Amino acid sequence: MDDITIIEPKKGWQLVDWKELFHYRDLLYFLTIRSIKAKYAQSVLGVGWAILQPLIQTVIFTVIFGNLAQLSSDGIPYILFSYVAMVPWNYFSNILSGSAGSLVTNKNLLSKVYFPRIVLPLSTVFSALIDFGIAFLVLIGFFVYYQFIPTWEIVFFPILLMILIMTSLGTGMILSALAVQYRDVQYAMTFMVRLLMYGAPVVYSVSIIPDKYLYWYALNPMVGVIEGMRSAFLGSKPLPWDLIGIGALVALLLFLFGVFYFKRMEKYFADIA
Amino acid sequence: MMSETVIKVENLSKRYRIGLEDKADTFAEQLKNTFLYPIKNIRKIAQMTRFDKEDDSIFWALRDINFEVKKGEVLGIVGHNGAGKSTLLKILSRITEPTSGKIEIRGRVSALLEVGTGFHPELTGRDNVYMNGTILGMRKKEIDAKFDEIVAFSGVEKHIDTPVKFYSSGMRVRLAFSVAAHLEPEILIIDEVLAVGDVEFQNKCLGKMEDVAGQGRTVLFVSHNMEAVERMCDQSLLLDSGNLKDIGTTYEILQKYENVRRQNFKLKHEWIEDEGLFELEGITLVSIELINDNHGIPRCIRVRMKYLREVGVVPMIQLFNSKRIKIMSSVCSVRHENHNDIVEYDLELPLESLIDGRYFINLSLVRNGNQRVLRFSELLNFEIYRPLKRMDYMEKNLPIVKLRDDWSINTNL
Repeated sequence: MDDITIIEPKKGWQLVDWKELFHYRDLLYFLTIRSIKAKYAQSVLGVGWAILQPLIQTVIFTVIFGNLAQLSSDGIPYILFSYVAMVPWNYFSNILSGSAGSLVTNKNLLSKVYFPRIVLPLSTVFSALIDFGIAFLVLIGFFVYYQFIPTWEIVFFPILLMILIMTSLGTGMILSALAVQYRDVQYAMTFMVRLLMYGAPVVYSVSIIPDKYLYWYALNPMVGVIEGMRSAFLGSKPLPWDLIGIGALVALLLFLFGVFYFKRMEKYFADIA
Repeated sequence: MMSETVIKVENLSKRYRIGLEDKADTFAEQLKNTFLYPIKNIRKIAQMTRFDKEDDSIFWALRDINFEVKKGEVLGIVGHNGAGKSTLLKILSRITEPTSGKIEIRGRVSALLEVGTGFHPELTGRDNVYMNGTILGMRKKEIDAKFDEIVAFSGVEKHIDTPVKFYSSGMRVRLAFSVAAHLEPEILIIDEVLAVGDVEFQNKCLGKMEDVAGQGRTVLFVSHNMEAVERMCDQSLLLDSGNLKDIGTTYEILQKYENVRRQNFKLKHEWIEDEGLFELEGITLVSIELINDNHGIPRCIRVRMKYLREVGVVPMIQLFNSKRIKIMSSVCSVRHENHNDIVEYDLELPLESLIDGRYFINLSLVRNGNQRVLRFSELLNFEIYRPLKRMDYMEKNLPIVKLRDDWSINTNL
């Protein structure tokens, strides 16, 4: 027999067991399917909500911030300006809140069966992808309607996406491990996401931030991601590589810390969930 | 030739921190607690993962467990509630980590602590089969290959594409069990909670497990159900308060378990001095006791009391089973109330008619045959247990009692 399992207390910081995670890739797949199907089950519009939610949000922002408050949108129709930001923002907040709650929501699994726990927060990256993809198609619709042509710089889009995923997943993993022990995290989550949104240039332009604070502001990786999206898709400005660079560094640190912290706390999950 | 060791457990220990409750005696204290609540809470919750200070809230669920399991062995794990069975199971199945010690397992392990883990009510039976199967560690292609078999075994073919929230609980359990039954591990770890549902289903589970055991696989089986252990396991392991009491043949272990269990029964209750004095009711209670016959089977319940004056009060005995179903209730029909004499009431009962299980006795005192003046709940508790005797195991629903039954045949008509 070749399968030998050693069970003993793990000390200190652990690495992710990639081989094992690969073995459980089918579980990752079905968890993703489960949350997608369960999310839209028994709703009349079903996946239609993935179109409506960001759209309605954008319309509200356009009325309040674009028309009433007259916020600058760098010369771009406000609705387009804010929708381009809304698409990555919603993906970010879906991964963040989904992964942060993933352990508590599935605590019955944690105490009944073994599997690499990291599969739970990880699967939200994939299940939120559906909404993201649909919102993205609507974005293309906007481009057709406003006859906008994205710049060649959209080739850098995957980099922006990576920053987004690393930030949200990294933070989500830290929060999920905390939420197992401190349920307060769940309650603070909604208002935290809202706060983060106003800390990123979703409804306003980054040009209102004074230059001397700009790099501090860019410590929020979503600043680089959203401004990058605007530059790449709307061509309002050249790609802000400085903002993106700072964001990427923070994202990487958050992600690495998230993974290690999650692995460190993992052994307590079943006992305290 | 010695057979191969597939599970080796060395010095295994596990501790938990259990919550300590704060108690408030006064309103002011309660008010103070309310304001200090967050501060106390953060300390308390943070402590769940800290073990630097040894105090009352640390609880050792397992201490220094050592044993080995050979290939093909079917090992029963028995013990009371809280003896550490579930903890051992959770460590073996890697759900939780041991505090110290080491386990070496050779071979592919499947652990079944419940059926239908991961089932989602909104998903169809088909989706849930895949969900549950992959959670139990199967690969998608394995499930693909066995899918038809799984569905056929469950008998829900017609509804396989219906969301399981529309299933009856029986259908759900059948489908879930059917997935579990098609796992093909080299080592199977199962909890008795698996055997939920009706007795017929339990038998089906046990039958399937016996098949697994028969195929030369190694099985670890945790149970309260002595008959199931006896039926399935050749070797057993007895846990008591986190310690490994003994390991050996199931027959020996069940005998020992029986002795450990006996220590928890309360077969006699005595009122010490004034405790039993009920001035208003005019009596002093002395004792209540269960009297065994020569074979150790309870035969009679004896109540001793003293009358302070003539009050017309007599004992009433009630017998409840472990589900707190009243099996019997009886008011004493004889009276003797001489001042200051100790009176001994004996209630003889055919307790051999009780099926195996735990029983509780309540004592009440009644006036004029129907007016209850005092009541004591669960003063005594005992167990009827017929070691290693199979009784009515195949019966679908066990009766509450088993009355003496004598069949006879008469052909000279």
